[in-house]
Amino acid sequence: MKMIVAYIRHEAFEPIRQELLDAGFPSISITEVKGSGRQKAITEHYRGSELAVHLRPKLKLECVVEDKDVGFIKEAVLRHARTGSVGDGKLFVLPVEEAVRLRTGEEGEEVLQAHDTEEIPAGA
Amino acid sequence: MGSRLLRAGPLALLALLAMPASAFATNVDLKQAVDGKLSDTVPINTMWVIVAAVLVLFMQAGFAMLEIGFSRAKNAGTGVAKILTNLSIAAICYWAVGFAFAFGSADVLGISSNIIGSNGFFLQFSGNPADAFPVMGLSDATVEAKWLFQFAFCAVSLAIVWGSTLERIKYGAYVIYAVVFASIIYPIGSHWVFGGGWLQNGDTPLMPTGMQDFAGSTAVHLIGATGALAALLLLGPRRGKYGPDGKPRAIPGHSMPLAGLGVLILFIGWFGFNPGSTLNITDTRFAEICVVTLMGAAGGVIGAFAMTQLKQRTIDIGMVANGAVAGLVAITAPSGYVEIWAGPIIGFVAGLIVVAGIIAIDKRIDDPIGATSAHGLAGIWGTVSCGIFTAPRLAEYNAFGDPHGGLLYSGSFKQLIAQGVGVVVAFSFVFAMSYATFLLIKRTLGLRVSEEQEEAGLDIVEHGMYGYPEQFIPLPEIGAASSGPASRTGTPSPAPAGATVSAMTTGEASA
Repeated sequence: MKMIVAYIRHEAFEPIRQELLDAGFPSISITEVKGSGRQKAITEHYRGSELAVHLRPKLKLECVVEDKDVGFIKEAVLRHARTGSVGDGKLFVLPVEEAVRLRTGEEGEEVLQAHDTEEIPAGA
Repeated sequence: MGSRLLRAGPLALLALLAMPASAFATNVDLKQAVDGKLSDTVPINTMWVIVAAVLVLFMQAGFAMLEIGFSRAKNAGTGVAKILTNLSIAAICYWAVGFAFAFGSADVLGISSNIIGSNGFFLQFSGNPADAFPVMGLSDATVEAKWLFQFAFCAVSLAIVWGSTLERIKYGAYVIYAVVFASIIYPIGSHWVFGGGWLQNGDTPLMPTGMQDFAGSTAVHLIGATGALAALLLLGPRRGKYGPDGKPRAIPGHSMPLAGLGVLILFIGWFGFNPGSTLNITDTRFAEICVVTLMGAAGGVIGAFAMTQLKQRTIDIGMVANGAVAGLVAITAPSGYVEIWAGPIIGFVAGLIVVAGIIAIDKRIDDPIGATSAHGLAGIWGTVSCGIFTAPRLAEYNAFGDPHGGLLYSGSFKQLIAQGVGVVVAFSFVFAMSYATFLLIKRTLGLRVSEEQEEAGLDIVEHGMYGYPEQFIPLPEIGAASSGPASRTGTPSPAPAGATVSAMTTGEASA
């Protein structure tokens, strides 16, 4: 199992989510984060004073998948998050030791992503 | 300090009982009204003065919103408590002594009314109302109406003081300074300028003629801003305002919409402030003053808009707001003395001054709201502008200053010099008194909160709770499970049917 952590632009999220959902990867989490990288600070003005903002808002996307699926997720993120300008973000792949579904107590790769069957009604 | 205040309460009540229960204007009026002898103009003028007073009182909401909007979120709540505390303390003090000092004739103290009034403590006065409060004798509105109107002015002036002290002053400083300000500083300062004192009468070698200040560019706004400057110099800047290189850094306020709401409330309130200073509706002068006031505000906004565009290539929201206030402040003194065409000019110049002033002042001292510029510099300009633009017909009608008008009409510098001297005297007096008061507070109680407290924010330090609790306390700690749909995060299954539907329709719940 691997966790994919991607720092992306806000506007890249929606197409990535759609593609993952269509391909059967509904289980993702996002966090709104602020960070700095090669992208330069922007200077804001307020009542005659300046304020350099170094930390820019990004989205952090997390997703745990089986090893064989890492390539697909990476492709999907790259395809939609890459504009070619400084500030597109980064992607990391981390090893994951264990996974437990809290509702049932099942463990292992079983708990990752979509079930094969449609047994889970929405909202349950 | 709290217990000492408690002990002082009964003493004040005793002092009230000891006052000679002299003539009650109210009773005379009531009897006349019952007998049908009360002139028709009395109720209608009284009504106008009360309406105007309430409009000016509403400006407290404007100051509160403006200050809160220009503060960071961690200091948002304290502004509410402060405005209410100050208003209440000022009301009691102005009723007890302030009004008598500011507008009374020479009575109890026996000092010339050129220096200080002394009739009307606790709103009990000797003689008929027109003689007891001579400068307001031209209006037959009842004394209570005039008191309410003048008190609202005092409260505005006091509110101006605190804008510059945001986010770092101790709450106790408000309480002490409010007492001194509403009892002594404002009453004496305003007495000299528009309460029948020596600056207004102009009968000293210093003054070539009487000073003109129709509704208080100096008497209300400059006095408030001077208090603000004194506090500022003793307080010092907020932490982090100046970088290691000494350059000023922006500390953006948390809500420009709130600040904008505040400015618009002030804007509306000004239609009580200037036109109400006629104290009189029967000569219908107030309508013309409404228009002049609006022209001043319009000029101020456009001036600030132009200047901020020129200086920083953006249209700064806070600066445009300051421009409106500066235009209104500047037009306050001339509003009863100038023709309508002068309004936009006076306002426009004020708009230019306020932006340049804020940027210049910001380099050295930290005034978060720009009170020293919007009320101070614009107040000075407004007062001085009378010396240029005052129309002879209005100078004659108001019966203060040179009846030949300002520089543009008379070609004489008489009025301009009188305005200048008036500004210098009022500033010096208020600055000396305020600096002494704040210095005393600094030496005893302390003026400024500690660094840790400033970092934490005045809401939690002074009031034990945040103005916006959800922003600072993790939601589960205050009983709300999360900001998401309740059914998916809070309640154990089975979830209630209604909640399920809402979770489905939002479609964002699962992760």
